[in-house]
Amino acid sequence: MSLETRNTSLIAGAAITGFFIAVAAIARFWTPFDPGVLSIADKLQPPNAQHWFGTDQLGRDVLSMIMVGAQTSVGVALLSVVIGAFVGVPLGLLAAARRGSTDEMVMRGNDLIFAFPALLLAILITAVFGPGAINAIIAIGIFNIPVFARVTRAGALQQWTRDYTLAARVAGKDPLRISGEHILPNLAGLLIVQGTIQFSLGVIAEAGLSYVGLSAQPPTPSWGRMLNEAQTLTALAPYLALFPGFAVLLFVLGLNLLGEGLRRRAGRTA
Amino acid sequence: MSAANLLEVVDLNVAIDATRIVKNLSLELRAGEILGLVGASGSGKSMTALGIMRLLPPRASSTGIVRLNGDTLSSKPESQMQAIRGRDIGMVFQEPMSALNPLLRIGDQVAETVRLHRQATAAEAQAAARDALNLAGLQGEQGALDRFPYQLSGGERQRVAIAMAIVMSPRLLIADEPTTALDVVTQARVLLLLQELVRTRNMGLLLVTHDLAVLAQLADRVAVMHRGEIVEHATIAQILRQPRDAYSAALLAAAGLHPKRSRATRDAAPAILRVRGIVREYPRNRTSLWHRAAPMRAVDDVSLAVHAGETVGLVGESGSGKSSLLRVILALERPQAGKVSLLGEEFLSAKGATFRRLRRSIQAVFQDPYGSFDPKWTVEQLIGEPFFLLGSPPSAAERRHKVAAVLEQVGLAAGDASRLPRDFSGGERQRIAIARALITEPAVIAFDEAVSALDVLIREQVLKLLAELAERLKVSYLFVSHDLHVIRAIADRIYVMQEGRIVEEGNADAVFASPQHPYTRALIAASPGIPTRAPELPVNEAGT
Repeated sequence: MSLETRNTSLIAGAAITGFFIAVAAIARFWTPFDPGVLSIADKLQPPNAQHWFGTDQLGRDVLSMIMVGAQTSVGVALLSVVIGAFVGVPLGLLAAARRGSTDEMVMRGNDLIFAFPALLLAILITAVFGPGAINAIIAIGIFNIPVFARVTRAGALQQWTRDYTLAARVAGKDPLRISGEHILPNLAGLLIVQGTIQFSLGVIAEAGLSYVGLSAQPPTPSWGRMLNEAQTLTALAPYLALFPGFAVLLFVLGLNLLGEGLRRRAGRTA
Repeated sequence: MSAANLLEVVDLNVAIDATRIVKNLSLELRAGEILGLVGASGSGKSMTALGIMRLLPPRASSTGIVRLNGDTLSSKPESQMQAIRGRDIGMVFQEPMSALNPLLRIGDQVAETVRLHRQATAAEAQAAARDALNLAGLQGEQGALDRFPYQLSGGERQRVAIAMAIVMSPRLLIADEPTTALDVVTQARVLLLLQELVRTRNMGLLLVTHDLAVLAQLADRVAVMHRGEIVEHATIAQILRQPRDAYSAALLAAAGLHPKRSRATRDAAPAILRVRGIVREYPRNRTSLWHRAAPMRAVDDVSLAVHAGETVGLVGESGSGKSSLLRVILALERPQAGKVSLLGEEFLSAKGATFRRLRRSIQAVFQDPYGSFDPKWTVEQLIGEPFFLLGSPPSAAERRHKVAAVLEQVGLAAGDASRLPRDFSGGERQRIAIARALITEPAVIAFDEAVSALDVLIREQVLKLLAELAERLKVSYLFVSHDLHVIRAIADRIYVMQEGRIVEEGNADAVFASPQHPYTRALIAASPGIPTRAPELPVNEAGT
């Protein structure tokens, strides 16, 4: 394979994404310091040999907080993708298989959800159920549903024009069964790419929600809240904003590269 | 040959990566002459055409000499070639839709070619475009030039493409399968147009095709290509009378003279499939807020019957409603009126176990050998899919055994069962589709343009297989095609369909010998045919 056909974005994206997921996994068992323990004596230390990323205004280790924050980020984004896909994909398949009024109903319902900004939805849910990571997952998940429904419907409609769906109907299968047995497997590549993109949007959305205090609540660390708390101390300790900011940036970049790489690979084999 | 050659190609070689596609190819073409370049797909004929134009795909490389009017093209820089393409050499491609810019009006599209090649005002270019379109048979009634490609039929689009190719009065026209995407009537008109253009303008025409029948009434000389080499180069009369090369002979046999089964019409046999008064309408887009548009009637009160052991052909142009009718018969779409009975029982309103039993007795083979298989399923899964219709599905071992048996029946190996559809060629895929149709042991198999996408040679093999299977398994066929050659080769009785109605029916030989309806006569006249006077070939048809 020559240099120009090698899929560098796939490799780089997979490496970055894999790194963050590994960090999140490691943080479950081990962090350099306990991010829940306050140590006012060690507050606002710049990065040093002991605290690589420094400490915050309460003396917590920033590196440890970012590692645990990765957990929140990955968890919220991943679960919201799962919610979006589990509801949106069947809706899209149904709309494409039934057409007509079912299609209209599903798609207009989608438009309705689409019209709500995710943030507004999150505030709504928070107002009713109270803030927390679970509600952030639900809010972002609902936002993902119409995206998956649309992508699935568009891909499925294209598959339905192919003769193999006729052959399956001549074999006595009804459209819903054909959707499951034939259409869905042929959309797998498309949906994986969309899932990766929604994952990266979920990471941003989670950071945004926790920045305004609507995601994981203290003492669970999250990148968005770290940024918020660092805001007042920017002049005193700029590294407090820098490290979580970079974490969001790098993770989203990695996911986008991965999505792009997967899309290119799917395009080549399709 | 003399120095009067318009086009001379000497030792043209084309390779893609390390694979040699065209090997030491030489040919000449004089002004006012039509040279047919014929061969199966993959024989290198399209690459030859692109090689002459120096339009090869990026990974391809070529060597050899191409001369146009004694002027060596092969050594010219790309900038000069751009001036020559369109001005001295016009080209027409197979797929007229993709050759046109969908966002440009057709008049502007043709005018653009003019303005690329010579100084001309917009009005002059438009005038030239109108002349060219007129010449190409798109009568310049008011507003005709303002239409967009999507508003035109396939034949009209191909005429636009031809107008673009001839607007600069090139000396050489290269047409690559210009009629393959068109139905017979349109094909005949386009071929006639090309012939007239060559005669009146003294152009040279290099016509690339897989179908020798297309060349029979058109070409002066034919070069037969096989695996990148010209295996025979002779006048058309010579090729038709006595091909010297074995491959040319095979092509000739496949192009016009199919193995005709000599089966009597079986009116006496019971009707397996009986279709009565089918009407199928499609809603049209509203044009007014207040009135619903009248629906488009694709199938208009059609009745037909297929008897046991009989092959029935249903023939008509594209858009005549054949496919819509077939979908109704297969219970894939509901008709607005009419009944379909299978084995004496009502099919469309049947439910549950009865429906599944009837569904099992009618199976289908579809047109597109590439689209009719789920690319992710193995051949065994695909062929076994209709087992779904059985009340108690067979065990895995039984299933494998049955699939292997049916694979062998269609001339494939039992070992092919574990492979994916992408491993097979177009002809092999249609065999797999036939195997899938046979697995439930149906009484009738419906074929929707099942061989139209295949090369002539492969087509002949598949038709032969179908004839054998019909004889051996006593299965009836309902064979839908726009291609009269195919229908004639396989059908015992035919129905001719035009604009949703059956306009003529009867014994195949009788209809071909003396067609009654004007539309049938037009179809038969339009069908490109190998003249049947060739003495040493066993011809049993008349009336081509």
